[in-house]
Amino acid sequence: MGMTITEKILSHASGYNKVSPDDIVFADVDKVMIHDVSGPGVIKVFKELEKKGKYIENIWDPDRVWIAEDHFVPAADKISADNVIQLTKWAQKNGIRKHFKYGLGQYGICHTLSHEEGLILPGEVYVGGDSHTNTTGALGAFAAGLGHTDIAYVLTHGKIWFKVPETLLFKINGKKPLNVMAKDIILNIISDIGTDGANYKAMQFAGKVIDEMEMEERLTLTNMTTEAGAKNGIIEPDNITTEYVKQRTESNFNAIKADVDAEFKEVFEYECDKIEPSVAKPYSPENVVAVREIQSTEIDKAYIGSCTGAKLSDLRAAAKILKGRKVKIRTEVLPAAQSIFLKAIKEGLVTIFMESGVVVGPPTCGACCGAHMGVLGKDEICISTTNRNFPGRMGHVESRTYLASPMVVAASALTGKITDPRDV
Amino acid sequence: MTMMYGTVHKYNRSNIDTDVIIPGPYLKIHDHEELATHAMEGIDSDFTKKISDGDFLLVGHNFGCGSSREHAPIALSKSGIKAILSPSFARIFYRNAIDGGYLLPIEIDENVLEKIDDKDKLEIDLDNNTIKNKTKDNEIHKIKPFSKIISEIVKAGGLFNYNK
Ligand code: SF4
Repeated sequence: MGMTITEKILSHASGYNKVSPDDIVFADVDKVMIHDVSGPGVIKVFKELEKKGKYIENIWDPDRVWIAEDHFVPAADKISADNVIQLTKWAQKNGIRKHFKYGLGQYGICHTLSHEEGLILPGEVYVGGDSHTNTTGALGAFAAGLGHTDIAYVLTHGKIWFKVPETLLFKINGKKPLNVMAKDIILNIISDIGTDGANYKAMQFAGKVIDEMEMEERLTLTNMTTEAGAKNGIIEPDNITTEYVKQRTESNFNAIKADVDAEFKEVFEYECDKIEPSVAKPYSPENVVAVREIQSTEIDKAYIGSCTGAKLSDLRAAAKILKGRKVKIRTEVLPAAQSIFLKAIKEGLVTIFMESGVVVGPPTCGACCGAHMGVLGKDEICISTTNRNFPGRMGHVESRTYLASPMVVAASALTGKITDPRDV
Repeated sequence: MTMMYGTVHKYNRSNIDTDVIIPGPYLKIHDHEELATHAMEGIDSDFTKKISDGDFLLVGHNFGCGSSREHAPIALSKSGIKAILSPSFARIFYRNAIDGGYLLPIEIDENVLEKIDDKDKLEIDLDNNTIKNKTKDNEIHKIKPFSKIISEIVKAGGLFNYNK
């Protein structure tokens, strides 16, 4: 039996001709990411090791490490400001040049910079100190999130253990309806398999709809594999991948593909024509219903932001609906990166947003993780393009978040009620 | 640490996520003792008062899902928890707990969840992969053994001590 793309990347990286699910391998890592939350956590691991007499002189390869400032920028308070200073000093000391600083040229949410800046290439093993590192698997890389100790280990050894995951294949057939987005597809998948339906496993996407899907939409699918517990999400690289990557970097890459007789743990088939604009109700991403089933639900606020739902294609989708109309409830748009913000300005999207009454803010994780910049108060109800709606995720434990596509969020902003984009 | 003895604290809920174990606003804190004072704040504001050093947690499946924050196992371990018993763990929480050497994520059968009550006294034996319930006539339950590499990392006290 042949190997899936995930197995093949891990076999190359660990020096075996063949690996199978459940094998534990030490894989060489190509790229590592830390941000303003995981970075100080990793530095703390090094400090604790020093206390125990293990002094780490140099990190393994500064050119393979990059840093994002995204969770608490602009600095939410004194501690966040100190964390960024600490991270900057550490980066300088270790010679890390790819540090995307808030307010200094390109910067943005880590899982957006990873693809937008061409930092990660097809076929690579990429680990990040953040659970949504899975996102970047849409480029045909093995991309997985790790904690602080594991990242510190990679930074000193250049490798890390992985249990080779079984792969679940999701075939999305048919044609995608006009008002259905990748977000609706992935919400329906999570609803079917549950928030631990892919625990320890790889989720791979294929089928006609994926073949025709632009890269940013593919990234929404892999982003939310984390919400099903997956180790990684992945899509085999094709012409769309190659073109997307080549527009962003001159680096050569080895686009690894699966064997034709690759074995999957399970294959799930979806007819995309049957998928409806959907929402995940509080308090779980698996709590999914069609928008029209709950369309009279009143909301207080609409949020278009995060690595899941504030890429250029997301902003275009929302702007198309908001164009020439006025929002009825407080609505925020936070583009996922500086470069995307700029493109949105040049395309006239920001004008459309502001004329509709929306506030446009700087790229930041902000309220997505309840950090700052517009968190929710008690009993407040929000419809959001983000990826999680656990209790307290976007603010008060008794606030409520509905997760939806940018089209559904924009349509709902116009009415103040949860609204299907076909009805506005 | 092959034999452990302590009181178990039961939260019979599935999908307890890391936002509940240690809420987002505390992510900027990296002082371990301070993190411990906020452990499980999203589910039980009196949590830390109830825990003595060496105690265990008993929880529903998919414990530790959500964000990858290592703050979660740190906060729990610094508040005194030595092991967590659950039918299943989210993967990043599981590896953080093991690789950081903070506490032990121990997998049990789904039905064990019903047989052990809050505040029962347990003896966990990692050599024989059993739990003995001292409060319930020494009733024995099986635990799922760690795989080879994982058990070596556990014995070493974390990943940095393992692969020297
Ligand atoms: S935008 Fe939200 S999901 Fe994405 S990295 Fe930031 S906090 Fe995490």
